Amino acid sequence: MSLQLRNIRLPLADFALETDAMFDQPITGIFGPSGAGKTSLLDLISGLRRPVAGAVQLDDKVIFDAADRLNLPPRLRRIGYVPQDLALFPHLKVRANLLYGYRPALIENELFTLGHVAEVMEITPLLERNVTTLSGGEQQRVAFARAILSAPRLLLLDEPMSSLDSRLKKRLIPFLLRIRDEFRIPLIYVTHDAGELVALCDEVLMLERGRLIGRGSPAEVLA
Amino acid sequence: MTAEAWQIVFFTLEVSALSTLLILPLGVAVAWLIARREWPGKAVVETMVMLPLFVPPVATGLLLLMLFSRRGPLGSALQRGLGLDIVFTWRAVVLACAVMSFPLLVRTAQAAFEGVSSRFEDIARTLGASEWRVFATISLPLATRGIVAGAVLAFARAMGEFGATAIVAGMIPRKTMTISLSIYQNIQLGHDAAALPLLFVSIGIVFITVLCGQIISMRKRP
Repeated sequence: MSLQLRNIRLPLADFALETDAMFDQPITGIFGPSGAGKTSLLDLISGLRRPVAGAVQLDDKVIFDAADRLNLPPRLRRIGYVPQDLALFPHLKVRANLLYGYRPALIENELFTLGHVAEVMEITPLLERNVTTLSGGEQQRVAFARAILSAPRLLLLDEPMSSLDSRLKKRLIPFLLRIRDEFRIPLIYVTHDAGELVALCDEVLMLERGRLIGRGSPAEVLA
Repeated sequence: MTAEAWQIVFFTLEVSALSTLLILPLGVAVAWLIARREWPGKAVVETMVMLPLFVPPVATGLLLLMLFSRRGPLGSALQRGLGLDIVFTWRAVVLACAVMSFPLLVRTAQAAFEGVSSRFEDIARTLGASEWRVFATISLPLATRGIVAGAVLAFARAMGEFGATAIVAGMIPRKTMTISLSIYQNIQLGHDAAALPLLFVSIGIVFITVLCGQIISMRKRP
């Protein structure tokens, strides 16, 4: 997978997100202080926000091009998104949440079935529960599983563990690695936790006030 | 209570329920459009929706009379096309109730849609949902309690509707007479004692209705 952002410009409240970037690693981290534009960057990749300039290309398919007025809607991009608050649908049970984006027609192999994904994420016993009754760690795994079942070509994770304590974070990291290894879904992982970067990411992009100011391995960027 | 008083009570319940059911789909659609979409003329439509709350009800009634009388633009079209008479029939009562209670439904449903985190809708889109599916499976269910509360308010408002109904439907016994109109007529004729049972019944119905609405809107999600 490769995701390319070319001459992107997205005005924000205090500054503009202006970036050129290539994402081609299994797990790319986006690191930066609060308010640097990290969530806005994920929003524009997923199609939830529309830049005023630039282009976005996923593999060989252009999914946004301001000059050509091309803007593929989020539902057609096949880019999964787990936001910071997880956005599990509170009126649906776990099973219905998981099946919300399930598209059997898009599935290329048998890994992307409810039973297998639930097993890998260790949420099989939770399927008939209401999502509001789940613990923080259980909710995270349900959110990951829901995104996986939509068979995305790329998965965006926006500080999904920011509300968890360090013990729970450590327990969840293997589940994220399973998304990479078992399902072969590339991840873009936003965080401002250096420990998560080191544990998860192959490459890290540093973002500050809407601009990429550095990239490299976690060790290089954090040095 | 006399048989005639009971007939008035049931008629009022029927027209109030019917008017609420009729405005529900349009009211929910308008509320969603105002809450979730930007479009040219939105402020004008929002203001027009709210007008019946502030324009004197008799003025609204007069406007409806002009529009729906046999010589009015809409009334003549309905008469020609469907053979329907509106003015001074039970349909005029429903029409007046619907117009007067519409703003309450829209305002409450709009607040309910605005209370649904747009993040749920966004994530549904990334999961492949069309705009219609997002509305039907996320926005609408999460706003249901507010919409029900709006429908309850609209029903209660219709139960008490007087001014517009009096103008566009008249006070025709066994045809367009509602509780409010009957109370007014009885007092005008000096029959205060005949108005009292209707007064208590109407208070009872509205009290139970609004209480049910409160209970529904306070109920926790599963």
